[in-house]
Amino acid sequence: MAIDSATVARIARLARLPLDARTSTQTANELARVLDLAGQLANAALDGVEPMAHPHAQTLVWRADAVTESDRADALLAQAPDARAGLYAVPKVIG
Amino acid sequence: MADIAQLAQALRARKVSAIELARQSLATARSRSDLNAFVTLDEDAALAAAQRADAALAAGAAPALAGIPFVHKDIFCTNGIRTTCASRMLQNFVPPYDAAVVERLALAQAVSIGKANMDEFAMGSSNENSCFGAVKNPWDVTRVPGGSSGGSAAAVAAGIVPLATGTDTGGSIRQPAAFCGITGLKPTYGRVSRYGMIAYASSLDCAGVLARSAADCAAVFAAMAGHDARDATSVDRPCDDCVGALSTKLQGIKIGVAREYFGAGVEAGVDAATRAALREFERLGATLVDISLPHAALAIPAYYVIAPAEASSNLARYDGVRYGHRCTDPQSLEDLYTRSRGEAFGAEVKRRILIGTYALSAGYYDAYYLRAQRARRVVADDFAEAFKTVDLIAGPTAPTVAFKLGEKTSDPLAMYAADVNTVAVNLAGLPAISIPAGFSDSLPVGLQLIAPAFAESALLAAAHQFQLATDWHARSPNA
Repeated sequence: MAIDSATVARIARLARLPLDARTSTQTANELARVLDLAGQLANAALDGVEPMAHPHAQTLVWRADAVTESDRADALLAQAPDARAGLYAVPKVIG
Repeated sequence: MADIAQLAQALRARKVSAIELARQSLATARSRSDLNAFVTLDEDAALAAAQRADAALAAGAAPALAGIPFVHKDIFCTNGIRTTCASRMLQNFVPPYDAAVVERLALAQAVSIGKANMDEFAMGSSNENSCFGAVKNPWDVTRVPGGSSGGSAAAVAAGIVPLATGTDTGGSIRQPAAFCGITGLKPTYGRVSRYGMIAYASSLDCAGVLARSAADCAAVFAAMAGHDARDATSVDRPCDDCVGALSTKLQGIKIGVAREYFGAGVEAGVDAATRAALREFERLGATLVDISLPHAALAIPAYYVIAPAEASSNLARYDGVRYGHRCTDPQSLEDLYTRSRGEAFGAEVKRRILIGTYALSAGYYDAYYLRAQRARRVVADDFAEAFKTVDLIAGPTAPTVAFKLGEKTSDPLAMYAADVNTVAVNLAGLPAISIPAGFSDSLPVGLQLIAPAFAESALLAAAHQFQLATDWHARSPNA
């Protein structure tokens, strides 16, 4: 199946990945080929089969609603590309 | 090359110290830098750990793995030690905590000498997708070691360390083990904690071990496995004594030979070596049973929808805000995200994020992701059905021997096809092992054994019995 450039652009935007004119066609072709692979599922007899999200019959475990975290702000902020006054700095979002 | 049991004996007999073993491993690692198996070598940490191990050994209170040198795949967070996932995104990331696997092997007093190279974010089957360059196969340095745990496999095969940790989401322990002529164990999903293991596909990722023998894998698995409340998918179920069960004989064991694993894509030499190994199992008392896994052909398509979909979600956290690579002088939040991710992710990672995003997007979710999950169910049901009549299932781990560097890099689909015999196991969450079974064109061939969920002891015992009677696993490229 062919993927048009508008679709590639939309998917790239959702994935927050850059796309330029040079790579757009190559990306569209690669995507199409892999999706053709996935398309092999279209003809399989799968209607009515229960989707499997997890290999074992296991339910999500709940824990007590209690504070167990310690204050590790300094250690965590040490990883940040741009930390100021105990906050993660990013370009202005609003306005 | 010595295995864990021999090294443990030598340490306790004071023939060698943990410090000496650590120094030897580090020296060998440096002398084999041509393999590019390591991202980080940490001499200070290694010697400090070795010193502690020597103290425990001297006090007569040492765990089984005390003083044994090894390497962690660079996907496990190591407190204070760079952890990169072989990606520019995490090139300078220093985790503030240890992964559960790291904690457990440290508790066992094994001595980590550093972090092994891998395919970026565990996406790949050749270890050619690393931002630090490709890893080379010690058997033939013009060939790939397999992936994504290629650095771990090369380090063990070259005799740098007797064991290495790895991860397996679609075959990334088993296939490099096969290509490098060593033993690789992928445990049951949920058997080993994923806490601190950088996520690729959360319903498929498994931590495991690569070593020189099934017996060695059993010893490491015993240290790694077990419930961990910090991993919500960790299974709360007691572990079998896999080391104690190694002596279980093959008499009465039924091994299902799945005809779909010997398909058209399997090279003649791989087919021949695998079948010869299976005849050896028969000679040792096992019964071979022809079986079919009728939906085997759905595994690759299902995997290459589910894994990228889960990856697209897991890798959304790399946004340049809190850790990892950030582009210079971002003009807006959008620019920050897009340029940081564009600059720092390699081509294969970007490809899989895009595939996954498409498969999960509105209008396509049912046709792709949901459909793939239904295919996952029927693939898993095939195994459940087969295990009603057989104890283990066997086949070649990979359809070919190690291919040449660059041979498949221009065609992603050719690379994906290399996983044909391994991905179904991850979809079903089952344990599997790859053991050396012979050679084809002087390159190692791996035999894969698959067991029902939580039956690692049966898997390891069968592999061990084969290795007692044969010596493929003892062969070395250094000879």
